[in-house]
Amino acid sequence: MTPAVAFQKTSRHFGAVRAVDAVDLEIKPGEFFAMLGPSGSGKTTCLRLIAGFEQPTSGSISIFGERAEGVPPYRRNVNTVFQDYALFPHLNVLDNVAYGLMVKGVGKDQRLREAEEALRLVQLPGYGSRRPGQLSGGQRQRVALARALVNKPKVLLLDEPLGALDLKLRESMQEELKALQKALGITFVFVTHDQGEALSMADRVAVFNDGRIMQVGAPEEIYQRPASRFVADFVGSSNVLPPDFVQRYVGQRRWGSLRPESIRIGRGTSGDGVAARVVSRHYLGAATKLALDADGLRLHATLPSGMALPDDGDHVVLTFNRDQLHLMEDQA
Amino acid sequence: MRSDRSQSAPTGLKIAAAAGLAFLHLPILLIFVYAFTTEEKSYQWPPPGLTTQWFAVTWGRPDVWQALGLSVQVAAISTSIALVLGTLCAAAVSQTRFFGREAISLLVILPIALPGIITGIALRSAFSLAEIPFSFWTIVLGHATFCVVVVYNNAVARFRRTSGSLIEASMDLGADGFQTFRHVILPNIGTALLAGGMLAFALSFDEVIVTTFTAGQQQTLPIWMLEELVRPRQRPVTNVVAMVVVLATLLPILVAYYLTREGDQIAGAGK
Repeated sequence: MTPAVAFQKTSRHFGAVRAVDAVDLEIKPGEFFAMLGPSGSGKTTCLRLIAGFEQPTSGSISIFGERAEGVPPYRRNVNTVFQDYALFPHLNVLDNVAYGLMVKGVGKDQRLREAEEALRLVQLPGYGSRRPGQLSGGQRQRVALARALVNKPKVLLLDEPLGALDLKLRESMQEELKALQKALGITFVFVTHDQGEALSMADRVAVFNDGRIMQVGAPEEIYQRPASRFVADFVGSSNVLPPDFVQRYVGQRRWGSLRPESIRIGRGTSGDGVAARVVSRHYLGAATKLALDADGLRLHATLPSGMALPDDGDHVVLTFNRDQLHLMEDQA
Repeated sequence: MRSDRSQSAPTGLKIAAAAGLAFLHLPILLIFVYAFTTEEKSYQWPPPGLTTQWFAVTWGRPDVWQALGLSVQVAAISTSIALVLGTLCAAAVSQTRFFGREAISLLVILPIALPGIITGIALRSAFSLAEIPFSFWTIVLGHATFCVVVVYNNAVARFRRTSGSLIEASMDLGADGFQTFRHVILPNIGTALLAGGMLAFALSFDEVIVTTFTAGQQQTLPIWMLEELVRPRQRPVTNVVAMVVVLATLLPILVAYYLTREGDQIAGAGK
C-alpha cells in the first residue's frame, strides 16, 4: 500500500541548526498520526515540510506516492489547521470556509453551499455571517477545521490544534476530532507537545527529539516499552533506572524504565525490595503520586485513591514484578 | 485625585485651550476673508468692501490652471510610484529576515528626517552631475523620495499587525502568490495604503523646497503662490486659490483619518 506521507532520509537544516535530521517516516492512509516532542524537537518543521512551507535540505518527501519536493503549498492536496487558526479577519465565517473553493474557481452558489455543509460538520451551522473576531477560541478552531476540510484534502495537518483551548474544551475537542477523523477516513497528522493528547488520540505516535525520531509506535507500545531514556522520561514520566540498579534485579547492565503505577509500596525497613524514604505526596484525584528517595535515586510511584498512604519521611519498601521493568537502548 | 469624565475642566484651562485653537485656526480664516476683499494691492484690515469678483478672475487665469494641473499630475504620479515601492519595501522588511534589514529600514525613512533643503541640493547636484535636464520627471523623482517614506511607514505598521500565518493559510488553501495578494494582503493593508497615499499626495501637493531645486521653468501651485505674493496686482486671486486648496484637501484627509481609525478597530478585534 502506498503510504500517505513518506520521508526518506529527509533533512531540513537552518544554517548550523539541524531542525530535522535524516528522518525516515511512513504515515499510513487513514491513520491518525501524532508527532510528539518538546519544543524545538523538529516536529513542527516536519509538518511544514509536508504542507510545503519548508523544503527539505536533502532527502525526499512523497505524498501518496507523488514526489513533493519543489511543489508549492497551493499545489498540494494537503490542508493545515494553524496553531493560531489564521482566520482571515476581513472575511466572514462563510467566506473564510469557502476561500479554498473560491481561489479554485468554484461558482459562488456551490461554494457557499459546500461551506455551509462544512460548518454543519463542525457543528457551527448558521454561524456563516459572523466575523472571526466575534467567535470564541473553540469556535474559531472549528471554523479553521471546516475551512481545511471543505477542500477534501488527502492529508489534514493540525499544528498544536488544542493548545490554546482550556482543559474542558480540549477534552471534548479531542473526542470530536477523533470521531471526525473516523467518519471522514482522511489521514490526520497532528503535532503536539502534550503526551496525554498524543497517546489518547493517535493510532500511532512518533516521538521527536533534536530533529530526529526516537521511536514510532502505537500509544501502548510507546508508553509501556519506551526504546530509550528520552522516550521513557518524556512520555508519561517513567522512572528511568541506571544500569547499576537494573543489574541488581535483572542481572543485565542496561538502562531500564519502570512505570510509576508498577511500583508497590510496603511498610517498614526490612524485606525483599528497595528501601526508600517518602519525600513528598501529590494528590491527583484518581491517584496519589509519591516522590521517593531510594539511596539517592529519585523514583515516582502512583497509588490508586483509597489505599492507605505513608506519611512524608516514612521508610518504605518498594517491590515490582521483574517483567514490568523494561530494558532500553543505551542512547540518551 | 479622581479623574471623573463628567467633571469639567477649570475655567483657566478652557480659556487656554480655546486660545491655542484660535491661534492655530484664525489665520486660516483670515485667508478666507481676504479672498472676498475689494482691495487688490495690499492686505488691509478691515477689508474696505466685500466682493465675489475674484472667483471669476481666478477662473479666467490660465497660469492658475497650469500650476494646478502640474501639481495634481506631479502629486498623482509620485504617489503612485510611492505606493508601489513603499508597499514592496514594507513587505520585504516586515515579512522576511535578511542581512541589513534594519539598515534598509533606516535608509528608507531617512529622507523624511533630512531637511528638505539638503534633499533638494543633493538631488540638484546629482541631476546636473548625471546631466539630466530639469523637467516634470525630476520634480516627480524629488517628491517620490519623501512620498515613499509616508507609504512605507503606514504599510509597515499594518504588515506588522497582520499575522504572517494568514499568507501561509491562503497558500495552503490553494491560492498562488497573485491570488493571495489580491484576496488576503490587499484587503488587510488597503486602508493603510489609502491613508498613506492621501498623506503622500498632500505632502507632494504643497511641497516648495525640494521643488525649487528640482524644477526647471515649471511652476507647481505652491511656487506659483509664492511668486504671486510679491506681485502688486490681483492679490486676492492667491487667496481664492488657497481657499479652494484648503477645502479640497480637507475632505480626503478627513476620510483618511476615519479609514485608518476603523482599520485599527478591525485589527484589534481579530485577536
